[in-house]
Amino acid sequence: MAKLFAVTIAIIAVLSAIPIVMNYWGPPADISTHGAAIDDQLHETMWEAGVSFLAAQFVLALFVWQFAGRGKSDKLKTFPGGAKGLVIAAFLFVGTEILALGVIGQKAWATVYFAPPDKDAITIQAQAGQFAFYFRYPGPDGKFGTPHPEKIDEGNQNFFGLDPENDVDSRDDIVAGELAVPVNRQVNLLMHSKDVGHSFYVRELRIQQDFVPGLDLAVHFTATKTGQYEIVCTQLCGLGHYNMKAYLQVLSQEDFDKWLKDKAAQ
Amino acid sequence: MRTKQMLPVLLTLLVCASIMCPSLMFAGTVSGKVTYTGTPVKPKQVDMTKEPSCAKEHATTPVLNETVVTGPNNALENVVVYVSSGAPDDGQVPSQAVTYTQKGCQYIPHVLPMHVNQELDIVNADQTSHNIHPLPKSNIEWNKSQPPGTPPIKEKYEKPEFISVKCNIHPWMHGWFVVLNTNHYDVSKGAGEFKLPNLPPGKYTITAWHEDYGTQTADVTITGNETKDVNFTFKAKAY
Repeated sequence: MAKLFAVTIAIIAVLSAIPIVMNYWGPPADISTHGAAIDDQLHETMWEAGVSFLAAQFVLALFVWQFAGRGKSDKLKTFPGGAKGLVIAAFLFVGTEILALGVIGQKAWATVYFAPPDKDAITIQAQAGQFAFYFRYPGPDGKFGTPHPEKIDEGNQNFFGLDPENDVDSRDDIVAGELAVPVNRQVNLLMHSKDVGHSFYVRELRIQQDFVPGLDLAVHFTATKTGQYEIVCTQLCGLGHYNMKAYLQVLSQEDFDKWLKDKAAQ
Repeated sequence: MRTKQMLPVLLTLLVCASIMCPSLMFAGTVSGKVTYTGTPVKPKQVDMTKEPSCAKEHATTPVLNETVVTGPNNALENVVVYVSSGAPDDGQVPSQAVTYTQKGCQYIPHVLPMHVNQELDIVNADQTSHNIHPLPKSNIEWNKSQPPGTPPIKEKYEKPEFISVKCNIHPWMHGWFVVLNTNHYDVSKGAGEFKLPNLPPGKYTITAWHEDYGTQTADVTITGNETKDVNFTFKAKAY
């Protein structure tokens, strides 16, 4: 019976590793410049965790196979040499592994969060609110109008609370419900929450960043492949959370210029 | 000979009718146009890309923001014109319900007048869920989810009020419930025209209300079977 149990453990471990090793549930193709580093890091983590997992399961199976057939009067077997050395070894091994992952992974993180955006990056503001994203482009003057929370009037299409009557900078601001960006050009996304916590997640961009009310964060990225991608909110934000999404349009520079012009005319 | 015999019958009928429905006998009408002066703000296009099922419905004609809707010759649409005082039939609640439809992620009509306590049916004709959230101040506030295919929500309001309506799921959706103490109302149409018929003789105050431009009033006296012209002109806001 114990031997059957040991074999079952080993079989379950191998079966559960197959889809991961064969990459059945891999993420969609990366379309960003920083994504490769993130993918490498995830890959690395998966390998290390996977090998540790398999090793642990096999050792468990081995021990069950070897030592389970103990009679009632048999003396309790102990690990040869005692457990102390093994615990220290495991502590050092796992500790080093996690530390190494952190140190290597810091590089991937830093390319997105610690490096300042390029000088010629396009600045776009993303605002998350229950339950839609809106995006604002500064228009020809390159300046964003100041948002006034008390002037937000969604029924009147004033999602950012702009005051075009008194604020000249806001008059040419372009507001859209989708995020259009030019391909191969860095975008510096300023993130603002109108109400509660939300999250900006584009799988293909390998970016998942929370919107924190009261704290304006920025994240920058360069998309390398034209197409339409889904932006979803991955922070439970209320009743309509399931329906909180927008689309990322990665366009050629030419199409992007045309898109901006069309939006400005609306 | 036949006509002579019929005459008393006809007369009796006429008298009965005039007792039962005096307003039909001496039906005055107030009609006119609502216009604006100045330059109104250019209506912004509504971006529905977030909700593809609705965006598809408007693929050929873009949806424009309905806060200020204008027509030819400075006509102003969606102005509620109603008898705010002097109307004799206050309190008569029509048995027919008014309907407010959510279609293509828009409220149809944009402005819906109704009588106090009149039944209001809210219909979801879309393939997506809506969450209708009227924002009254003196009536009771509620907000209700309405998945596609569910029966109409039935509601009524007990106090007269101008109630802004929004959808908690689609932030661009906006409309108005105008709850009135009268059945004499109309909403200005494409050429700014409106008509308040069936007014018995009397002195009336006519009020015109626009969601962005405010209200205006005019006093009018109906003496008999006549049509009085009343026009309203609002000052447009540039922003």
